[in-house]
Amino acid sequence: MHIVVCIKQVPDSAQIRVHPVTNTIMRQGVPAIVNPYDLFSLEEALRLKDKLGGKVTMLCMGPPQAEDALRKCIGFGADDAVLVTDRAFAGADTLATSYALAAGVRQLAREQAVDIVFTGKQTIDGDTAQVGPGIAKRLGLQLLTYVSRIIETDLVNRTITVERRAEGGVQVLKTALPCLITMLENTNEMRFANLPAMIHAAAYPVRKWNKEQAGIEDPAKIGLKGSPTVVSKVFGPTPRSEKADMLELETSSLRDVSLNLIQKIFTRHPTLESDLLMKELT
Amino acid sequence: MSTPTPSAAPATAARPAGRGRNLELPEHLKAYKGVWVFIEHDRGHVHSVSWELLGEARKLADTLGSSVGAVILGGDDEPLEKFAAEAFTMGADKAYVMHDPVLKGYRNEPFTKGLTDLVNKHQPEILLLGATSMGRDLAGSVATTLLTGLTADCTELKIDPVSRALAATRPTFGGSLLCTIMTLAYRPQMATVRPRVMAMPQIDATRSGEITQETLGMVETQIVTKLLDFIADANSQQINLPYADVIVSGGKGLKNPDNFKLVFELARVLGGEVGATRPCVQAGWVEAERQVGQTGKTVRPKLYIAAGISGAIQHRVGMEASDVIVAINTDPNAPIFEFAHYGIVGNAMQVLPALTQAFAGHFANHRRQAA
Repeated sequence: MHIVVCIKQVPDSAQIRVHPVTNTIMRQGVPAIVNPYDLFSLEEALRLKDKLGGKVTMLCMGPPQAEDALRKCIGFGADDAVLVTDRAFAGADTLATSYALAAGVRQLAREQAVDIVFTGKQTIDGDTAQVGPGIAKRLGLQLLTYVSRIIETDLVNRTITVERRAEGGVQVLKTALPCLITMLENTNEMRFANLPAMIHAAAYPVRKWNKEQAGIEDPAKIGLKGSPTVVSKVFGPTPRSEKADMLELETSSLRDVSLNLIQKIFTRHPTLESDLLMKELT
Repeated sequence: MSTPTPSAAPATAARPAGRGRNLELPEHLKAYKGVWVFIEHDRGHVHSVSWELLGEARKLADTLGSSVGAVILGGDDEPLEKFAAEAFTMGADKAYVMHDPVLKGYRNEPFTKGLTDLVNKHQPEILLLGATSMGRDLAGSVATTLLTGLTADCTELKIDPVSRALAATRPTFGGSLLCTIMTLAYRPQMATVRPRVMAMPQIDATRSGEITQETLGMVETQIVTKLLDFIADANSQQINLPYADVIVSGGKGLKNPDNFKLVFELARVLGGEVGATRPCVQAGWVEAERQVGQTGKTVRPKLYIAAGISGAIQHRVGMEASDVIVAINTDPNAPIFEFAHYGIVGNAMQVLPALTQAFAGHFANHRRQAA
């Protein structure tokens, strides 16, 4: 079985700071990490490999330094890694990104037929959740998003049965391979990379493909040129003018502060008290 | 959507630079007119996000001088005409209704074909979907099929006065920045919006509209993915954070998962829901459905109580539309106090039980007076 896992290297959003005057992102010192949502997909891919055998190939589009993210995945147990990297990919939106990654998957399929493609459910920097569905559409793969559990993979009949998180419940879906899966978060826990694996990863020759090697047929469809969306403005959030009304604990008891706060809340929101009392009755 | 290259992004670039791109709308796409909303429904009910989107669609259509269309796909026996009638009272002028047995229960393949065909046939200039597990799955597939631009999780939708294009604003980089995105040379312009980001429109019961019946032209044997079962969440497991009136949320300041009991206690007394920050969810203290913020849920309760939450921008963007925000934190300089309405500098583990007791006493008094 051949599984391809697509990942993205992202800045750790918890550590991003915006320059207060220029409203630009201050990237210095912000660590780049593997998009956390991608790791749930990678772990699931590794579990399938443990159970059914085969090979897990990592695929990433990004600048040369994204090689570090791929290396990390080799450390976790992936077998091979390809970085699709070319200046021509810069400025890609989700449509152009799915075009490039779909081309990459096609190239990998020429080496060995691909059974399952995994992507993260979304990234933590773009947050769009569009690239997975985009790749599936371009490759004609069955799409299974927000999968919470893989129930069964049948390599003889080439089918897969999964549970998919939907609004208000879980769908049980059965489809044919090849398919594209995005895993829901917290559905598994990434294994530890042991020391020999990390040493192996550090020396692993990550393959780097430029746009020709990645099999890009139409250069007008990648990067900025291939992106229908246009960023017209970037700006900082408007600060709230009103400052918080601070209730002092030092001068009064916890009980008094609590009673005072309740009064303030119900004064500020005149219908809230009756709403809450109504709810209690029903 | 594109992640902008922020290191080079100036604070206010007036007009987008084409950098070799054609940003003019081609002649054949100029005929695209009207603002559409994909109506999401499940087991007899329309998801509120669809109504919220119709409210926005109405405003956009009024600015453009065009009409609002509601697209409703579903099974043979589902009350789609009833949903259409409801959609008219929420601001729609037209409804495109498609009944087919293969459209019972959401599946990507038939829904993508149905929506894509309708867009190609009727040519709307804007198509809006809820950023739900269904809407996101469908929007990504439809936009890729139509080869057009899609902007996810928008927080503001406007018409650009110069180009007449949809100017969709969304948070980026965890909410540290906002960016406005436009699709200038492609149609339709697609966007998703999360539940609760937009306000519910006023219902106008006198409004009605025109229903067009459409056909899918697909049979079950053509569809590879089979829906074997739907396991509905038990009521006790349902966490409906976006539509809760009261939310009590906890952060890492609570120190350990055990202390989250204090949050649940206060929420119980208030008849509210429990929320949490991303670090708490990542640490496995509470379920992922409870996460409020950029990568979690957007909420706008009447009352939001934040305990042990510092107020990082990623959390803030998910809850700042709340009517009343109360913050409890030991650090007087925590950013949460910059946007809370009321603040208490103190230990949440002490303040939460005191508040629980005070609210319980307050309601008990009212009951006594009422009796």
